[in-house]
Amino acid sequence: MAYVAVKGGEQAIDNAHAWLAEQRRGDASVPEIDLAQIAGQLGRAVDRVMAEGSCYDRELAALAVKQAQGDLIEAAFLLRAYRTTLPRFAASEPVDTARMLVQRRISGVFKDLPGGQVLGPTYDYTHRLLDFALAVGGTPPPAPQAEPDTETLPRVNDILAHEGLVEPDTAADAEPGDLTRDPLSFPAGRDLRLQALARGDEGFLLSLGYSTQRGYGNSHPFAGEIRLGEVAVEIVPPELGFPVDIGDITLTECQMVNQFAGSKTAPPQFTRGYGLSFGHAERKAMAMALVDRSLRADELGEDVTAPAQDVEFVLSHCDNIEATGFVEHLKLPHYVDFQSELETVRRMRADAAGLAEAAE
Amino acid sequence: MTNGYNFAYLDEQTKRMIRRALLKAVAIPGHQVPFGSREMPLPYGWGTGGIQVTAAVLGPEDVLKVIDQGADDTTNAVSIRRFFARTAGVRTTTHTTEATVIQTRHRIPEAKLREDQIIVYQVPMPEPLANLEPSRTEARRMHGLAEYGLMHVKLYEDITRYGHVSISYDYPVMVNGRYLMSPSPIPAFDNPKLNMMPALQLFGAGREKRLYAVPPYTEVRSLDFDDHPFRTTRAPHACGLCGATDSYLDEVVTDDRGGRLFVCSDTDHCETRRAAAGGGITP
Repeated sequence: MAYVAVKGGEQAIDNAHAWLAEQRRGDASVPEIDLAQIAGQLGRAVDRVMAEGSCYDRELAALAVKQAQGDLIEAAFLLRAYRTTLPRFAASEPVDTARMLVQRRISGVFKDLPGGQVLGPTYDYTHRLLDFALAVGGTPPPAPQAEPDTETLPRVNDILAHEGLVEPDTAADAEPGDLTRDPLSFPAGRDLRLQALARGDEGFLLSLGYSTQRGYGNSHPFAGEIRLGEVAVEIVPPELGFPVDIGDITLTECQMVNQFAGSKTAPPQFTRGYGLSFGHAERKAMAMALVDRSLRADELGEDVTAPAQDVEFVLSHCDNIEATGFVEHLKLPHYVDFQSELETVRRMRADAAGLAEAAE
Repeated sequence: MTNGYNFAYLDEQTKRMIRRALLKAVAIPGHQVPFGSREMPLPYGWGTGGIQVTAAVLGPEDVLKVIDQGADDTTNAVSIRRFFARTAGVRTTTHTTEATVIQTRHRIPEAKLREDQIIVYQVPMPEPLANLEPSRTEARRMHGLAEYGLMHVKLYEDITRYGHVSISYDYPVMVNGRYLMSPSPIPAFDNPKLNMMPALQLFGAGREKRLYAVPPYTEVRSLDFDDHPFRTTRAPHACGLCGATDSYLDEVVTDDRGGRLFVCSDTDHCETRRAAAGGGITP
């Protein structure tokens, strides 16, 4: 066999891309899926891509899902890579989730509370039976309608705070950091930790949050409140000096309430874990809240013993774009390094064989 | 410049930020400088750090060479070269001597580099202590105190166990007698080239968000002991194509009966030698 150099890399790349495009389209006799279908009917996928892609744009996220053939981490990567090229006009005012137009709001710690429990569109009480009627399709009967509730729903934590039972919400005066512009360094403040968790991988945070419940850094959580709905985003243009509403976004927010025995400096009280995600993403928001609380171990004087309490460990590994890149880069050629290892192993084997002979 | 993107893809603000970090890196040879690494349209692990450094130093007059494993024609090298040809419109070359900027993954070209050249290394793990101390916070402290005993112990343990140091690539170096540095996963064979190199050496780690540099004519020593001096290894063969006996060789499997062909990993070096010899040896 003659030696064939790896020539033809250019042609190979072009051919690979052509094949990929063909595969993405699938059977040409089946109608092509369009972005409105993805955004409308695969909404949870779009939500996840917006959250992990750190960019709120349903249409672009739908495009990314389509382009990535439904590979959501690849789609989040596409959205992130696009996001970095966008100029920044302004930073928004903090969104006020107390003024959320709520679709769903539940609390696990009170039977009833001002504003009530609002179940909303949830899978929670569906029976997970494959719905064969859905395979055929069709328009479902309209859901019952009611007059929209215009009153704003107080946050459960604010209710608890009246009695001083939950730690006060301490917003730092300092300008929050921005981990998309400045490299993360440790120790990382809660602002940066929450940013990292908000764009962190849902699966990774889910497993870490789960590990805290199973005893690896137990933080005794209760779901104080989960709310889902639309909030207004406002910016203050410098030339105007007052806030202007630039649009609404859908958010899922989770406030965990955690037991706390108290310490030298703080009386026994409940502490908070916070989760917030773009779109409808309860699993993500809840997992994030669990991990946020466990990452506060050091601050609250608890022993740091479990992975979920180790800030550097969690923040360095929660980003799935970074993780997938480094794991998958192993498929790039490494033959130069492997060659040097081959020579080293051959030498070590020769040395070992020499020693064995000498011993005989 | 093309396709609605700025010259060399990154916006000027980002390039300025990277250049500032590079200036600091050059001022403190071998020291890892954190920088605001951006998501690039290529995945982490594919050379995003190197690409950002190249984008920050590249000018319209530059001639760019990109190699991966020493070769210009590996798919990732092709992809990165195309990226810059498309976003910066710069001239590209495969000839080491023609290039003003060389981006590399895992090799240093065999040809001696010059003062008017810059070599940009893609770095996966900038922290040389990572395998000994996984916490970057702790490793940073160790660098600050030049506390490198742990690495010497690792080398010592290798020698007691195997009779020699078992690190064959990404072999740690001391830069300017101060900072322990990862030379990126180049084979230890290439380490001597780092020392007193006339070209500016820049290192970019995108995922880890670190940059570092070795300025021209800087002392770079591979860690060793007086009684166990650093030595390099290469496959004990001549290149099957150009006959070189001093270049780093790839081992190409030619059949399933143990057949092997050893050829230069630096494709330009091999081709140049063959051209000079009028065709060279045909295997």
